Formats: sequence, C-alpha cells, structure tokens
Amino acid sequence: MSALLSVQNVTKRFRGLLAVDNVSLDVAEGEIFAVIGPNGAGKTTLFNVIAGVYRPDQGQVAFAGHRLDGKTPDQVCRAGVGRTFQIVRPFPALSVEDNVVVGALLRHRGLRDAREWAHKILRRLDLFDKRHQPASELTLPDRKRLEVARAIATEPKLLLLDEVMAGLRPTETDRMVAALRRLNQEHGVTILLIEHVMRAVMALASRVMVLHHGAAIAQGRPDEVVRDPAVVQSYLGAEAVG
Amino acid sequence: MPAEIYLNVAVSGILTGLVYGLMALGLSVIFGVIRIVNFAHGEMMTIGMYIAIAIFSAFKLDPLVMMVPIAAVLFVFGYALQASLINPFINRPEHSQFILLVAVALVMVNGLLILFGPDAKNVQTTYAFDSFLIGPLIVDATKVYAGGAAVLVSAALFAFFRFSHLGQAIRACADNYVGALVVGLDVRRLYALTFGIGAACVGAAGAMLVLIIDVTPALGPAYTLLAFIIVITGGLGSMPGALLGGILIGFTEAMAGLLFSPSAKSMFAFGLLVLVLLFRPQGIMGKRAI
Amino acid sequence: MIGQMFEGVPARALACGALLLAALLAAPYVVNDYLLTVLIIILYYAYTGQAWNIMMGFAGQLSLGHALYVGLGAYTAAAFYVHFGISPWIGILAAIPIAIAGGAIIGFLAFRFRVGGVYFAILTIAFAEFARVGFDHFNWVGGSSGFFLPVANYAVSDLWNLRGKPMMFYYLILAMTVLAFVICRLLLTSRIGYFWLAIREDEEAARAIGIDTFRYKMYAVILSAGMTSLAGIFFAFFYNNLFPEQVFHISRSIELILAPIIGGVGTLFGPILGAFLLTGLSETMHAILYGFGIDIPGVKQVFYGLCLLFVVIVLPHGVWPWVARVLGIKERRS
Repeated sequence: MSALLSVQNVTKRFRGLLAVDNVSLDVAEGEIFAVIGPNGAGKTTLFNVIAGVYRPDQGQVAFAGHRLDGKTPDQVCRAGVGRTFQIVRPFPALSVEDNVVVGALLRHRGLRDAREWAHKILRRLDLFDKRHQPASELTLPDRKRLEVARAIATEPKLLLLDEVMAGLRPTETDRMVAALRRLNQEHGVTILLIEHVMRAVMALASRVMVLHHGAAIAQGRPDEVVRDPAVVQSYLGAEAVG
Repeated sequence: MPAEIYLNVAVSGILTGLVYGLMALGLSVIFGVIRIVNFAHGEMMTIGMYIAIAIFSAFKLDPLVMMVPIAAVLFVFGYALQASLINPFINRPEHSQFILLVAVALVMVNGLLILFGPDAKNVQTTYAFDSFLIGPLIVDATKVYAGGAAVLVSAALFAFFRFSHLGQAIRACADNYVGALVVGLDVRRLYALTFGIGAACVGAAGAMLVLIIDVTPALGPAYTLLAFIIVITGGLGSMPGALLGGILIGFTEAMAGLLFSPSAKSMFAFGLLVLVLLFRPQGIMGKRAI
Repeated sequence: MIGQMFEGVPARALACGALLLAALLAAPYVVNDYLLTVLIIILYYAYTGQAWNIMMGFAGQLSLGHALYVGLGAYTAAAFYVHFGISPWIGILAAIPIAIAGGAIIGFLAFRFRVGGVYFAILTIAFAEFARVGFDHFNWVGGSSGFFLPVANYAVSDLWNLRGKPMMFYYLILAMTVLAFVICRLLLTSRIGYFWLAIREDEEAARAIGIDTFRYKMYAVILSAGMTSLAGIFFAFFYNNLFPEQVFHISRSIELILAPIIGGVGTLFGPILGAFLLTGLSETMHAILYGFGIDIPGVKQVFYGLCLLFVVIVLPHGVWPWVARVLGIKERRS
C-alpha cells in the first residue's frame, strides 16, 4: 500500500498548549480516511499543519513522496491538496459560479475551460441552478457544498474536508455523502475528513483515527474503532454512535 | 553645540510629547474599544484648538483653565458622532469605516477653513515667554504647564478605566463584545461614551497644544497621522503605549529638528512608523494580535 | 481579446458606452474652453480612479498614498524634459519604472511583513509623506519652491513634447481613460482578475485554492502604480508646475480615491461616473456660489466631504451599481 499522504510524528504547540501531540497517519491513494474526536482535540490544527497554515514543531508531512511541511498554503494546494474550512468562507460578493471558476482557474488557464469545468462541478453538487446567485445569499448547506465545489475545482488528488456535514440535516448529509463517494469512486480523489457526524463517518470512511487531547488514541476500521473501550470512554461516551 | 542645548531640546520634546501622548491616548481608547480607526482625530484636535482660541480672544480665558469645558464640548461632539454616524458602521468592512471618517475629517478641516481662514492663529498668554531655570536647564513655562496638564488628564483617565464602574464596563466591552452583549450592557451607548471620551482627550490635548504651536486648519491631517504613528509605535489599544509613544515621538521630533532641519522632523516620525510596522507590528507595549 | 472584451455584455450597456464615447469624442467641437477644462479634470480623475481601483476595487488593498505615484511620474518626466529636453513620451520609459519601483517597495515590505488592512493604508500614506518631505529638499527639481515647465502660447500643438492647447490634452486624457477602461475590463475577465477578486474577498481562502497571494497583490500594486504615474506625467505637462506640498499631499491622495468610491469600488464604470458626478457637481456649485459673489476656500472640499458621507451611508456600494440597476444593465461583479 503506497501512502499518498504520510504524516509522521507531527507535534504542534501554541504557547505551551500541546495542540497536536506526536501524531502519525498514512492515507493510501483512493482511500477515505476520517479523523474524529471531541472539540478541542486538535483535529483542525492537524489539518492546518497538513494544509501549510502552520509549520509543525516536530515531525514531517509528505505528499506523493514530497515534503509538504514548510510549504505555504497555496503551494500545498498547487501540489494537489484541496481543503475546506470548518467555518465556511466562500467569496461572498462573487456569484456561486465565479467562486468555483476561481478554483478552476488554478489548472485551467483559459476562462472558457475553467468555466466548463466549474459547470461540471456545480452540476455534480446540485448548485448549477443557483450559479448566478451571490455566494453570500446561499443557505448554510449550499455554502458547505460550494466550499467543497471550490476545493474540488482545483483538481486535488487529496481533499481535506473540515466538518462539511456539521449543521446539515440528515437528508442533506446523505446528499453530501453520496457526492463525496462518487467523487472518490469515479475520480479517484483521496479524502481526509474531520467529522463529528458519525453517521457520515461510518458511511464513508474506510479507516478512522481518533484524536483526544492532541494525541491519537485509536486507529482502524470504523466498526472496530467505535467499539474500542478507550474511544467509547473518552469521546463517544453517552452520545454513542449517533 | 554645548550639551545643555541637547538636554534643553530633549526635555522640551518630551514635554510636548506628553501632550502628543494624551492626544494619541484618545485614539488608542477609541480603537481599543470600538475597533474603529478614527481618521478624523487630528481634525477633532484642531476643533478643540480653535475653540480655545475663540474663547481666549473673546474672554481672555486661559486655554488651560478652559480645558475642562473644551473637553466637555468635544465629548458631546464625539458622543453624537458615534451615536449618529459611526455606530451604524460597526459591522461594515474596514475600508468603509475608514472612508466614512475620511469624509468626516474632510468636512471638519474645510469647515474650520471656512470659519477661521487659512492663517495661523495662536494665543498670547501672559506667561508665554516665561521659563523655568532648573540647574543648567531652561524650560518654557508653557511646555511645563501643558505637559503637566497632560499627565494629570492621563492619570484621571487611567483611574477612570481602572476604578469606575463605567470604565470597567467599557473595558469589558472591549475585551469581549459578545460577552458584553450577553450580560446586558448597552454596547452602542458604551461605544458612544467611549468615542466621547476619546474626543474629550484630544480636545483637552488641543487646549494644551494651542499654547505650544500655532494652529491652522491644515494641521488636522498632519496630527491625525502623528496620532497614528504614536499609537502604532506604542501599541494600538495600549494606553501606556500611547503615552510612551507620544514621548518617544516628541523626543524624536525635537532632536531631528535640532540635528537636521525642522522640516525633516515628520520624516523621522514616519521612519519610526515604518520600522515599527515591519519589525514589531504590535507596537512597543502591544500584545501581538495582528 | 476582442471577444473577451465584449463577452457577456448586454446590448444596452454597449449602446450606452458607445453613446458616451461618441459624445466625449465630439465634445471639444461643442463646448467652450472652460467646459473643456472641466472635462479634462473629469477624465483625469476617471483615469486615476480606474488605476487606483485595480488595487482597492480588484485586489482589496486600500492605498491612501496614490499621490506618490502621480508625483513620481510627474517629476520624472518633467525633469527629463526641463533638464535634458527629452520628450515625455521617452520620459515615460523612466517614469513608469520609477513609480513601479516605489509601489514594489511598499508592496514588498507590506506583503512580506503582513502589514494588512488599515495598517497597510497608513504605510502607503507614510511613503507619500516621505516623498513629500524628500522632494521638498530635492533641489535638482526645484525643492519646496516648485518646479516649472516652460510655458508659451502655442499656435500649433506639439504632441511629441506635449506643448499645446487644451484640445490636445483633452484627447490625450480621453485616450488614456478609454485605454485604462479597456485594460481593466480585460483584466477583470481574465485569470488575474479572478484571482484578485478572490484575494479581495478572503485572502486566506484564496491561498487555500492555490493562489500565490503575495505575487498577485504585487501585480496589482505594480500595475496600479505604473498606470497612475502616467496620470502624473499628464498632470505635469498640463499644469506646468509642481510643488511637493501639493503634489504629494495626503489630500491629493484622497481626491484621487473619491471618484471610484462614489462611483462604486470595484466596478468599471464607477470611477468614470464618480468623476463626472463629483467634478460636475462641484463645478456647478462653484459657479452658483461665484454667482452670489461667495468665494471662500474650503467650500468645495466640504462639499466633497458631504458627497462622500452621503454615498458611503446611503449607497455603500457606490452610485454606479444603483444606476446600472435602474438602466437595467448589470455589471457582472461589483
């Protein structure tokens, strides 16, 4: 199994607070990998280390055989890693279409090309009919999908999704799950997701890692992990498999 | 040049710097609480200066005596400005707020120009040419009075924010906007009060500065910039930082005026600003936030 | 190129644009000298506004020091002409690089050291002030007592040396304005324009989709500075005198940004409409006040201030988006 993304012993501190503590993970090409854990467990920090927002204090991140740590976010993206933000940040004054076109322009230099590609993505994520609306007027579920669409438009080999299901109703979650699965199966996009919605994790992920206080406390197949005593105690607890 | 000259110039620069510090304190308070950069700050100060001049020429009342009423007028003015114009802009983008205040400043400068004309005006107090002799030092009496008044007003302001309920409420509001809303503080009124306080500071500073320099309407933008420089140097939002920055700039200007040419002194102030922006953007006393 | 220029533009907008252009082309044959001068001023602000808009309206970087680039362009070309008799058309070759160097220094320092938002704006003011004080002491170009171009009454216009009648200057600034409009339109509908808008809207998100924000912000500053320096050359040869106190002053910088703000930041027609509104209204008011025998300095600027207040409060996106809606023309992005 060749790892597309390899995180090795990454540690990140903020003024003494240990946000990510010696975490390692490998994501294979074509895989869907989930990182779960309670709030404040360091999931988003780990993401930001991979995405180039933070430089790790220790450890390495490699992507397709190249070092990623030390690169800037835009370099990471150009290397083939797309990301979404936990708190969605579409370009508010731009139309839905233009939001995706900007992303598409990264690899399609001509505007016509980029727009064609953007349209394909918009159709896939059910946003085509709303393409002329300003992004600021979208509902939260639509904005979440737009966030994913924009990231996909950069044609990533690896997609980092930060809680794209949060705040969605169950039907919308299912729609998103279906879209992501298609993306994974038909286009071979590898996905690393942070998720609270266990229903989505169980449906999508082939492997799961559980973070707690910045450290990985379990890793494995979803059905194994949710039965792991340490995980149940520290995280899932009473809310169990929601 | 004998060493006493340097010392004299340094002391006089520091005394002027105290007044600058008070002016910048007003800007810093406004920014620290409302997160608005008051681009009309120097203009508000010139308004204070012209009020002082008008009162002096009409009733021969000393600007330092009239400092409190002048500050009160500016307070009302600042309160009204925040309550009517700026509050609706709290959630607008930064450049939008900036432009609003640029517009206010433009009206102020040129309103003063229409009212008072372009010529420089000043007050001639009875002690205008007095000076104190302290050992080898010769210090202008006006600067001593002005600097002393600036220290007094600053101390009062520190006390207000530390000990009074209202001051504490305003600080709470600055630390945590949402929290302040949650516990039921009337944030908009506190903002208006804050802007009023900032305006009062700069008004008082104007009443002091009018003893030291001549005033023209065009002074407004120059002092707005100076206040920015001071506040950014000292640390935006830090009250001690504003005072310290004021002293530093007052000193720098005085020394630059002595060693080079008086017209080059603003260049030194700007040079300091650029260095601070690049190498210590949080300012000397500020916490790293940007 | 041509296709990109007109793609997606409604016929009504094209018609309006063509009509405006025709009227402007014909104007010198209809209006008197005074009105021609007013039109020159209007177009000057439309042009500079368009150039400033690239930085603020497209890339979201608020510059309050654009007088710097006007001044650098003006002084460079004027110095070459006065001292060496070199045509301003050649002077351009020095003026643009010098202005660009100025912009690049500011941009590099600000973007490398992450000086953003209001701090960036203050940094731009600081550099303009630097230049003001510096040129005050720069005696080769007159220092604080001013720098003057030779003036004479010209029978024929000498386009090569930009000596001549208002009509020549009028067509020159009109050509510049049209060109700036075309350039901005092309930029806005190309990759770089999209990237700028993304940076303006949300820089971190822009970086996350692979945009090298440092590089594209630099492009915006460089282009804006270069274009603005051309306005400076025009300024120097039209007015024939340069004083650092006036050329580099912060109030010049503010005057330069009024038209695009009033017209609509980030729009293509905004700077043009804003310039017409502002200069048109202020000249009208001036004429009325003059008619009543009132001639007080400052009235015009108070009026500017009130206009600015009105627009920023009532029409925060500027007048043009509102006019466009009324006319039924929607500019794609504003």
